[in-house]
Parts: sequence; structure tokens; C-alpha cells
Amino acid sequence: MIMSEFWYYRESKEPEAKKFMENKPEPDYDLSYSIGERDFVNTGKASSEIKLALKRLGVDNTILRRVAIAVYEAEINVTAHSRGGNIIANIYDNCVHVVFKDNGPGMKDINQSMEPGFSTADEMIREMGFGAGLGLPNIKKNADVLHIESQEGANTFLELVIFYE
Amino acid sequence: MNLKKVIKALNGELLTKDVNIDIDVTCAFGSDLISDILHCTKEPTLLLTGLTNPQVIRLADMIDLFGIVFVRGKRPTDEIIKMAAKRDLPLILTKFTLYKTSGILYNSGLASCKI
Repeated sequence: MIMSEFWYYRESKEPEAKKFMENKPEPDYDLSYSIGERDFVNTGKASSEIKLALKRLGVDNTILRRVAIAVYEAEINVTAHSRGGNIIANIYDNCVHVVFKDNGPGMKDINQSMEPGFSTADEMIREMGFGAGLGLPNIKKNADVLHIESQEGANTFLELVIFYE
Repeated sequence: MNLKKVIKALNGELLTKDVNIDIDVTCAFGSDLISDILHCTKEPTLLLTGLTNPQVIRLADMIDLFGIVFVRGKRPTDEIIKMAAKRDLPLILTKFTLYKTSGILYNSGLASCKI
């Protein structure tokens, strides 16, 4: 099986974002959460807590909304499509870096999953209002950096960065 | 449009009794798709939906919602009503369809949210 990888940098943020990704400095602090497979009752809690932590730092509302949407969509993806996993939010004074790792089963083709409307969601997920195939496009739209690594039959790794300005 | 007027226009039932409903609602959006709702609401919005699972309430943690109108008589569980009360989020139930609900509110002057 070949590992599949996806990278996106928002053009306007590319120089500082690349510098950040190359150096990955120590965060001021981090928050970590576990996500249960198909736990549609508790999923979203991590996203709202990460948003709240940034709100306390005085991060602007427009940015808070982008963080909340990107992190929530990714949290839902882990809940709906994987055997569970975890989230680590690394908090800095100028950006937030959020890392998602799941326990498989991985994606066949990341580029296909990035296409609006593509979804592998089953009936149960769709009945809850998910599975429109807009999750990854929504994450990309709101993130300054998006990096995904996956492989069919293995884990998926997703990280995103959003700057406060 | 005041939320009290919204309830009256929809012949609606207020499910969250202790939450303040004397608020001005400036726009609304109707959908049964969570990603669409996240994608389309950039300003405080009144959400019209037929979804009644806990994630609809969780949405209010991510985006600014004035309240949620459940259409087609879809009544959420007590657990969900409690979740909303904790967030000071008004929940309204109407028997009207999403289409009729949207039409009534639009004709009453409530604008569509900008997408």
C-alpha cells in the first residue's frame, strides 16, 4: 500500500506558515482529548473547549469561528470514520496547531476525499446531518495550513494551523 | 424580528422555558446538513432544521446562533432541551415544514443570512 499525503498552505500566510512547520517550536501549552468511535454524544466537546481556551486568550471572533469549524469538522471525521483517536491542540501566542491521530482504517485516496461532495458516510451518519462530503473542504477553507497523511488499512494523521492575525 | 414574534408567526412552542426570548433576530438559515450550516453562517443566525440530535446543540458552541427552530414537528429529547438551556439557547418547535417556516419568516421581513 502506498502512503497518500496532502499539503495545503494559504497563500497569504505561506512564508510564516512554512517557517512554523519547519521549526515546530514548543507550544506555550497544550490540550489533549480522546475521541471515541461513533461517540456522537460527546464528540464536539474538544472543539468547543479549544475554542474557549483561545477565547480566553483574547483571540478575535472571526478567527475563533474558523478554528471551531475546522477542528469540529475534523473531530467529527474521527468520530464517524475511524476506530477512535485523539486530538492535541498546541497553543501559541500567535497561532494554534491542532493534531488529530486516529486508529485507522485510513483513507484510500486523500485527493478524492478533498473533493466537495465525496463521502463514504453510511446511513446512520447521514441521518445525523453529516456525510455531505464537505468536511475536508470546510477544514481547508478555514485553515492556514492543512497536512494529511493516510494509507488504506493504516492510521490517518491530520494537522492544521490557524494564525490569529 | 423579535424572537417572540417568530414563535407567534410559526404557531410555535417554546421548549426552553427559562431562556430569554426577548431578543432581536437579524437573519435565518434553513438546512438539515451540519457542514452546510457551518459553511453558510458567518453572522449570528436563527437556525431552522429538522435535525434533533445532540450535535445540533453542539453547533451553537462553534457558531453564533440566536436559537433553533425544529420544523415538521420534530421534537427533541429532554436531554437535548437541557443541553440548550445550559447554553441559554432558545429552542422552538413548529409543525410547519422547513419550506413553510422559511416562507412565513421571510414574508415577515426576516432576511436570509449572507452566505
